Amino acid sequence: MKFKYIARSTSCLAIALALSACSNIGIKPWERDTLSRPEMQLIHDAVEAGLDDHIYFSKEASSGGRSFGGGGCGCN
Amino acid sequence: MQLINSKSINESANSPATKKASQSFKKIAPALAAASCSLLGITDAIAQEDNGEWKFDVATLIYAESDSRVIAAEPVFNATKTYTDGEVLNVKLVFDTLTGASPNGATPSNTAQTFTRPSGNGQYIVDPNESPLDDTFKDTRGALSGTWTAPIDRDWEYTVGAYGSKEYDYLSLGLNGGLKRYFNQKNTALNFGLAFSADTIEPEGGNPLGLARMATPGTASFDADYDASRADSSDNKTIIDAIFGVTQVINTKTIMQFNYGLSLSDGYLNDPFKVLSVIDSSLGPNYGGNYQDGGNNVYLYESRPDSRMKHTLFWQTKYALDNGDVIDGSYRFMLDDWGITSHTLDFRYRWQLGDSYLEPHLRYYMQSEADFYKRYLTSDEYTANSIKEASSDERLSDMSAYTIGLKYGYKLSKTKEFNVRAEYYMQSHSGDNGFGQLASQDLYPDSNAIIFQVGYSF
Repeated sequence: MKFKYIARSTSCLAIALALSACSNIGIKPWERDTLSRPEMQLIHDAVEAGLDDHIYFSKEASSGGRSFGGGGCGCN
Repeated sequence: MQLINSKSINESANSPATKKASQSFKKIAPALAAASCSLLGITDAIAQEDNGEWKFDVATLIYAESDSRVIAAEPVFNATKTYTDGEVLNVKLVFDTLTGASPNGATPSNTAQTFTRPSGNGQYIVDPNESPLDDTFKDTRGALSGTWTAPIDRDWEYTVGAYGSKEYDYLSLGLNGGLKRYFNQKNTALNFGLAFSADTIEPEGGNPLGLARMATPGTASFDADYDASRADSSDNKTIIDAIFGVTQVINTKTIMQFNYGLSLSDGYLNDPFKVLSVIDSSLGPNYGGNYQDGGNNVYLYESRPDSRMKHTLFWQTKYALDNGDVIDGSYRFMLDDWGITSHTLDFRYRWQLGDSYLEPHLRYYMQSEADFYKRYLTSDEYTANSIKEASSDERLSDMSAYTIGLKYGYKLSKTKEFNVRAEYYMQSHSGDNGFGQLASQDLYPDSNAIIFQVGYSF
């Protein structure tokens, strides 16, 4: 019980600290012109990313990370 | 149900040829999107909110392995509608056809080897000193997925999605959902996603029993032996995926993402087409050769655990240079309770050249072998019945892989892009090199593949 309380408090503190640390970095809304370019999106080409995920899922033991690792194919 | 957005469809094209091609695409694309929506059960209420813009991507991928191994062709149709209120509807259709030969898991031998086809109908013979490949590898798959993303208020956003794919002997159905919360003027976003998938595998001839002996073609007891090696005609697996992620804007040119993913698979996790050779470990003239029982080689169907838990850490950073070029780097670490750890490094550099760009791509992957990975079983292990789980699937072995590629894209207009990419994928494996006669065989041949993709977005 005590452990759960400590774990919960520590997690809350960690999240709060991380968010406050994050609040010191970042930009103003009017400074987003570069980051709003299509090629600056984390997944710029979703079709290519999906095809690559399917190839590597079929040929290696790892999958996912960027998004769900899932199944959806009898190839592995 | 009207899904066509006149603004996006009636934009002028640059040349008569482009215009003609573009027009025919545009006739087909909304119809495909509409059909996909109704298949996914997306309601008319959503579709009738015709106040957004459609974007379509079509692409075809060719994946070809060397030495006449697997060849796959994979056309994709992707439609995204972004509404003025910020909602996004995405529908994706994928087909793929596979043909060619795939390693069946047995070791090469200095004598010819005869294998029963997985369906039980017929046999195939592998020449001496050749890697055993099952040349009947053939499948066609169709997959349809849809997602709906919408803001709840200024800081919250949700996503719901559905997925279905069907191939001859495999069915996968899935649901997923996610929540995103923005902080610090949208410089920070926390994501949580959950996906559930229920898969059914129904190979022709039924699912083999783990470590059951493959029936020997041409023997009097073949039918009885084949039946004895089979369990149910179909089996299931469920997969639950959870993702926790943080996306952070660092400065005007840098964005970063960290994800932790947990994946739980339960059920039938074997590959029903993979076998293991049993190698004679008793000292004598056949030391390191195929172990024989009743005058025939012994091959066993693989047997994996019936559950798997994977943990994944993923980091990605994108950085825009002053000249418009973009650097994209990512690293993934994976650890699972099968004893596999893996590292993946991926690097892309987008070199902007006016209306076009060149994008070199490098990827490095390495993994350690699964605890139950065995290139073969020894006759001592087989006769003592001491092994309960074993697989010689090369995808579970010590492995390193490299991808090197180049993509070229050309912007025809603000919304239209043509792109093409060519990549080369090299995979090498290592492990136990055998003993006696087996030691002279190449147990870990390298495999190479060419990846070629052509795409058009409009």
